[in-house]
Amino acid sequence: MNEDGAHSETVATQGDEQSLQQGHPNHPKAMRVEAVLVALPLLIGALVAEYLTPFPNFLIAGPVALILLLVVIMLPHRRYAVRGYALSEDRLRVVRGMMFHSDTVVPFGRVQHIDVDRGPIERYYGLATLQLYTAGSHGDVISLPGLAHQDALDMRETIRAHIKRASL
Amino acid sequence: MSELSASDPNREETPDSAAVGESTDGEPKRTDPRTFLVQAVQTVPRTIVPLVAVALATRDEGSFAVPVMLGLGVLLLAAITFFTFLGWWRQTYRVGESDIRLETGVLSRAARSVPYERIQDVSLEQGFVPRLFGLTSVKFETGAGGSDEIKLAYLSNDEGERLRELVRELRDEADGVAASAAAQEAREEQGAQEADAQLLFAMGPRRLFVFGLFEFSLALVAFLGAAAQQLDFLLPFDIWDFDFWRGLVAGQGEQLAELGPIAQALGAVAAIITLLVVGVVSGIAKTFARDWDFRLERTPKGFRRRRGLFTRTDVVMPVHRVQAVRIGTGAVRHRFGWKSLKLVSLGQDAGNASHVVAPFAKAAELTPILEVAGFPLPPRGLAWHRTTGSYRVVSALFNAVSFVLLGAAVAVATHLFVPERYDWLWLVAAALAVMAGFTAIQQLFLWRVERHAISPRHLYKRSGWLAPGYKIADRVKLQSVEIARGPLGRMFGYVTLNLGLAGGHFALPGLPREEAEALRCALLASMVETDFSRLVK
Repeated sequence: MNEDGAHSETVATQGDEQSLQQGHPNHPKAMRVEAVLVALPLLIGALVAEYLTPFPNFLIAGPVALILLLVVIMLPHRRYAVRGYALSEDRLRVVRGMMFHSDTVVPFGRVQHIDVDRGPIERYYGLATLQLYTAGSHGDVISLPGLAHQDALDMRETIRAHIKRASL
Repeated sequence: MSELSASDPNREETPDSAAVGESTDGEPKRTDPRTFLVQAVQTVPRTIVPLVAVALATRDEGSFAVPVMLGLGVLLLAAITFFTFLGWWRQTYRVGESDIRLETGVLSRAARSVPYERIQDVSLEQGFVPRLFGLTSVKFETGAGGSDEIKLAYLSNDEGERLRELVRELRDEADGVAASAAAQEAREEQGAQEADAQLLFAMGPRRLFVFGLFEFSLALVAFLGAAAQQLDFLLPFDIWDFDFWRGLVAGQGEQLAELGPIAQALGAVAAIITLLVVGVVSGIAKTFARDWDFRLERTPKGFRRRRGLFTRTDVVMPVHRVQAVRIGTGAVRHRFGWKSLKLVSLGQDAGNASHVVAPFAKAAELTPILEVAGFPLPPRGLAWHRTTGSYRVVSALFNAVSFVLLGAAVAVATHLFVPERYDWLWLVAAALAVMAGFTAIQQLFLWRVERHAISPRHLYKRSGWLAPGYKIADRVKLQSVEIARGPLGRMFGYVTLNLGLAGGHFALPGLPREEAEALRCALLASMVETDFSRLVK
C-alpha cells in the first residue's frame, strides 16, 4: 500500500499554506477501540464460518485474525498521522484520508450551525467531534473528530463569534 | 433599502434591550414535563395494538400464552417509559446571548448551536394530542434545507410564543438592517404584485409541437406492452410468443410468404412506422400536458413560472436564491440549436432543487433570462483549462475494462450455462463490447471539449460531447471547497475539486493538483468576502 508515500506527500503539501495541527494524542486510542469493536464481530463470524465448514483448522480464521490484528494495531496511528486541521482567521481546513484523500476548506461565513458531538468512547478519552453544517448539497457536513473536548468548545466559540461579527 | 431601518414601524414593537437581556439568562432548561404525557398518549396505543393482536393470535397456544404476553407488554411499556423519561431528562436547551443551544443524548451527548443570525424563521406547530395539553413544538429553521435544525418538542404555548418573539427580536437586533429590508420588500410586493411583471420567455402551441417532436419517447409503447402483459388473458393469442409475430410479420405462414420478400419487408417497415408514430404522438401529448402556455415572468418577487394543461403550476423563485444555472441540450436537438435552461436554487421547493425556466429555447432567448438571474454567458477572452490527459486515459481504460469484463462475463455464462433458445445473450455481450469501445473514444473526445474557466464573478464549466452544456456558478455563492483524490488519482497525478453548492453539486474532476489549489485559493478569496446571511437576503 501507499500509506508511507501518502503521508510524506501530505506533509510536503502542507508547507505552502499554513501548518496543519494534529488532533489530540488520545484520538488514535479511541480509533483503536472503535476498530476493535468493528473487528470483534468479524472475528466471531470467521470463527463460526470455520466451525461450520470442513476446511482444515484456521484456514479461514487465521488470515482473518491476522488482517484484523494489522488493522487494529497499524491503522489508527497511520490514519491519525494523515489527519490534520488548520483553524485560521476566517476558515477551517480539514485534511483526512489515506487511500481516499480529502482536503476541505469551509469559510466561517458559510457555516449554518455547529455541533459538538461526543460518543461514549470519545467521552472516555475526553474527546469530541466538531461538525460544521453548510447549506451545500455536496459536503454539507464538515466533520472534525479527535479534538480535546475543551478545544472543540473553544473552536465553536471562535467560529460563532466570527459569524456574529460577519453578519452585523 | 437599508437606510429605512431607523424609521421602520416594525422596530417600534421591539422592547428595550434591558428586557431582552433579562430573558436571555442562558439557563439550561428542559422541555415541558407534560411532553412526557403527550409521548405516552402517542406511543401507548401504537404499542398496545400490536400486543393485543399478538395476544389474540396466540390465545390458542396454551394457558400461559396470554399472561406471558401481558407480562412482556408491561415490561415493554415500562422500558419505553423509562427511556422516554431519560431522553427527556437529558435534553436541555439554552437561549444564549448569540445562539440557541440544544444538548441531547443519554449515552452519546450531542450539543448543537444555532447562531441567531442563521435562523431564517421560527415556526410553531401544534399536533392534535399536544394541543389537548396546551403544548406546541418550536422549530428553528436555518434555511439549510433538510433536517439539520433545532426542534423543541414540546413547550407550553406561552413559552413557544415567547421563544419565537425572543428569537425574532434577537435576530433583528443582530441584523436589523436586513430584517426591515425584508419587511419593506414584503410591502412593496403587495403593491406591485402583478403591476410590472415582465415576460421573459413563453412557448406557444407551435413551439410546443416542435418541442414535442424532440421529446420522442417509447414510454407509451412500454406502457402498452406492460398493460398487454397484465391483460393477456383477454387476447386471443400469446403476445410473448415470438413465432406468432414472425408468422404475422415475416410470413412463416401462408399469406405473406405467398406475396414474396417485398411484402415481408413492407410488413417490417409498417411495424417500425407504427412504433415511431406512437413514440412521436406520446411525446407531443406529454409535452402539451406539461408545458401548455408556458410563461416565465420577472416579477418584483423573483422569477414566476406558470405552465401545465391539466395541472397548472405557478412557481415563484426569488432571484437571490438562484445559486447556479445549467444550460443543457440533447444530442439531436443540439444540431438544430435548441437548448434548455435550469436554475439551481437554495433547496426551498420540496423535492426539486432545480427549476426549468426555459425547457426549449434558442440561445438568443436564454440571454435575457441569464442576465436577470445574474449569470451571464462566458465573456470572450477567458482562460479555459482542460483536464489532465492522464485523467482521460485512466477514465477511458477504466470504462472500457469494466464493459469488457461485463461482456466477457455474459459471454462465458451464456456459453456454459444457458440453453440455446437464449442465444440472443450473445448479442448483449457484443453490445457490451461495442459500449467498451464507445466509452473509451468518448473520453478522448471529452478531453478535447470539456473545460472550465473562472471570471471575476463566476465559475464556468463546459461539458458533454454530443450534447454540450454549460454550468455556471456564482463564485460568492459556493459553500465549501474540497480537494479529493482517490488511489488512481494519486498514481496518475490528478485530483477532483468538489464545490459545495446549495441545491446542487459542482465538481471539476481530473485537475492537476497545483491548478486545483490555485482555483481553491481564488474561490475562497471571493467566498470569505460575503457572509451567508447576506446571500439569502
